[in-house]
Amino acid sequence: MERTFEENKQKASDKTQLVQQLSGSQIVLEAFLHEGVKTIFGYPGGAIMPIYDALYDYTDRLEHILVRHEQGAIHAAQGYARVSGKTGIVFATSGPGATNLVTGLADALIDSTPLVCITGQVFAHLLGTDAFQETDVINITTPVTKWNYQVTDADELPSVLAKAFHIAGSGRPGPVLIDITKNAQLQKTDYRGYTPCNYIRSYRPKPIPRAEYIEAAAVLINSAKKPLVVFGQGVLLGNAEKEFTAFIEKAGIPSAWTILGMSAIPTSHPLGVGMVGMHGNYGPNLLTNECDLLIAIGMRFDDRVTGRLDMYAKQAKIIHMDIDPAEIDKNVKTDVPVWGDCKETLPALTALINKKEHKEWLQKFKDCAEKENLKVIQGEMFPVEEVLTMAEVINHLNELTNGEAIIVTDVGQHQMVACRYAKYQHSKSNITSGGLGTMGFALPAAIGAAYGDTSRTVVAVIGDGGVQMTIQELGTIMQFKPNVKILILNNCFLGMVRQWQQLFHEKRYSFVDIQSPDFVQVAKGYGIPGQSVNKRSNLNGALKTMLEHEGSYLLEVMVGKENNVFPMVPQGKSVSDIVLSRDEM
Amino acid sequence: MKQEFTITVYTEDHIGLINRIAIIFSRRKINIGSINAGPTEVETIHRFTIVITETEEVVQKITKQIEKQVDVLKAFYNTDDELVWQEMAMYKVPTKIIAEQVKVERLLRQYGANTVVIRNDYTVFETTGQREEINALAQALEPWGLIEFVRSARIAIIKSSHGLHKALLEFEAAEPSEPVVENEFLDQRDGVFTL
Ligand SMILES: Cc1ncc(C[n+]2csc(CCOP(=O)(O)OP(=O)(O)O)c2C)c(N)n1
Repeated sequence: MERTFEENKQKASDKTQLVQQLSGSQIVLEAFLHEGVKTIFGYPGGAIMPIYDALYDYTDRLEHILVRHEQGAIHAAQGYARVSGKTGIVFATSGPGATNLVTGLADALIDSTPLVCITGQVFAHLLGTDAFQETDVINITTPVTKWNYQVTDADELPSVLAKAFHIAGSGRPGPVLIDITKNAQLQKTDYRGYTPCNYIRSYRPKPIPRAEYIEAAAVLINSAKKPLVVFGQGVLLGNAEKEFTAFIEKAGIPSAWTILGMSAIPTSHPLGVGMVGMHGNYGPNLLTNECDLLIAIGMRFDDRVTGRLDMYAKQAKIIHMDIDPAEIDKNVKTDVPVWGDCKETLPALTALINKKEHKEWLQKFKDCAEKENLKVIQGEMFPVEEVLTMAEVINHLNELTNGEAIIVTDVGQHQMVACRYAKYQHSKSNITSGGLGTMGFALPAAIGAAYGDTSRTVVAVIGDGGVQMTIQELGTIMQFKPNVKILILNNCFLGMVRQWQQLFHEKRYSFVDIQSPDFVQVAKGYGIPGQSVNKRSNLNGALKTMLEHEGSYLLEVMVGKENNVFPMVPQGKSVSDIVLSRDEM
Repeated sequence: MKQEFTITVYTEDHIGLINRIAIIFSRRKINIGSINAGPTEVETIHRFTIVITETEEVVQKITKQIEKQVDVLKAFYNTDDELVWQEMAMYKVPTKIIAEQVKVERLLRQYGANTVVIRNDYTVFETTGQREEINALAQALEPWGLIEFVRSARIAIIKSSHGLHKALLEFEAAEPSEPVVENEFLDQRDGVFTL
């Protein structure tokens, strides 16, 4: 993958023998072509017009999706990046265009999603004058970008863009924003070709793994009686699914995923014991406080995963494997830190461990799963009540898609239910806003996901609240026709907030009874067919219709209004205080 | 236990970096005691010296977050006893008082204050030293009509090792930095063509 500097120079000069006169805008698009960019999500405006003008001549090589709001553009780019593993690209204009990106930048930073966002900026001589549509984009976005940079001179563009791609995609990935003043976009300059960047002297994307820590980790693993693996998105970001599977299979260790680690192994894997976290599975949460060794891989001990920190896995030794040294000891004190890219550290570790099975220990997870099944899952999947549950919808979806679909979820109860019950066969299939919990993420992210992998079915599972936050992106679907199945689970409430108000605020339902338009009619207005179902007898057929429909389709399912998501680790409680129902609270 | 720590940060000389570093503290509601940004012995490399009072655990985490920034070369922290450190202060005192009051003159001598400017109306003194001495002199001058007092941020040198000097020089020689492009148009507003 990594080329040497000399090779890069050679490659660039092969293509561009001559010095060309190009505008800054053209240089941006040339850089994209060199970086293998195919799809851009964006929205034009005054300060980015020169780039859009240049784009007019590149539409045979670069596909541009005109969204309906810049937040839609960046979420789409996130969905694209998460499904494809490539860097997502965004265009926005200065001022309001740029500020509309902030939510997506924060989301991408916390969920480690590689993005390169290009914003237009006023002419350099107008900076700081409160010029029309001038905002201090660099300073607004500093806390929510991995790196950002303002370009005022076109000569800088080739090297800055090369750095942007390198920084976004390497190490722990993240969003990069490049703000380009209009004069730099218009400026003609000598273009000597593009040299990709694979080295920045102040930047160490991959800490070098230390053999002594890998050895120490192996010693702990080989002597552990009750080891537990908790893995996160690091496994997917490192493209280390194979290495990870080889590791857990040799060690015979029960393995639980975080919400973002999900789908790195098939959900049916015999060592997969479910999801950790507030609404995760019973076994992995409970037994976190019983294991004697916790091996955290590519995850960051979010508070939604750990519950009360001073009561989290206190009895266990901790091995933490991560590419980001700042994560080590951040929340949970580590006994053995194994920093480095898990694609490299996992095989090194696997080589040192003994082949083992932990049958009795694994059986404990199975017992817990059985208990959860009886107390929660059966009732959710096969309800006796007349009203539909979210879980049964996901259950039918699993059957019909056979776990082959990419599922993009929004934020709320439906997200937790989808992540609890969805079945996955393939990696990079569960796309959700994990760290930021951004309502409105799913619809645009699903559009991006559809471009990220055109061969797979993309189902967006969204609540009646969240869908109204970015519903304008139906216009993007209308115009560009990505194939997105929109599944709205409508409980006529801001369900997750209502659940908390019920459980922790004496059922004082304060502004959670959200009204919705006729979603089917709205979709129809955008030329997207759909239907709404509220009967069990129609559910399977409706889902089938949706999946078999050639293009995008909207299906609204009316579900129980006041259903709750369980199990639950109540806020401020330990993971082993996980409850299976309200009665236990 | 909270105590005083000095964080030293070597960075590229890039615009906006001070903000990127400062918000790491403000985001966690940590007060920066003092911050000094300036050059090092290597022209293109900058050095921040930041003083905070926090527990070592917090300081360790903060230092990692700083080092994680793309344009940061190296960040580390030290306790006071691992450093040679100084702050500088200037004191503006009415000249008349000094001329008339032997006590004040004695005070200035005792604290090793140097004269920077003498005017009819006031005199400016300077001392360089540690916080306690500086504050003590300011306090002692207060009753004598101290007009103005200013203290600089801390600068510090690490006692152990040879510092990073050699490493920095070698580093810069092996991998020269890129020039910083500043906004050359800002003061040429009238001459610039606008669309
Ligand atoms: C942008 C944003 N605003 C507010 C919230 C707080 N919040 C979390 S879940 C939720 C309710 C979501 O309701 P809905 O979309 O109907 O999904 P449900 O929980 O009913 O499945 C809210 C308001 C959020 N996560 N994101």
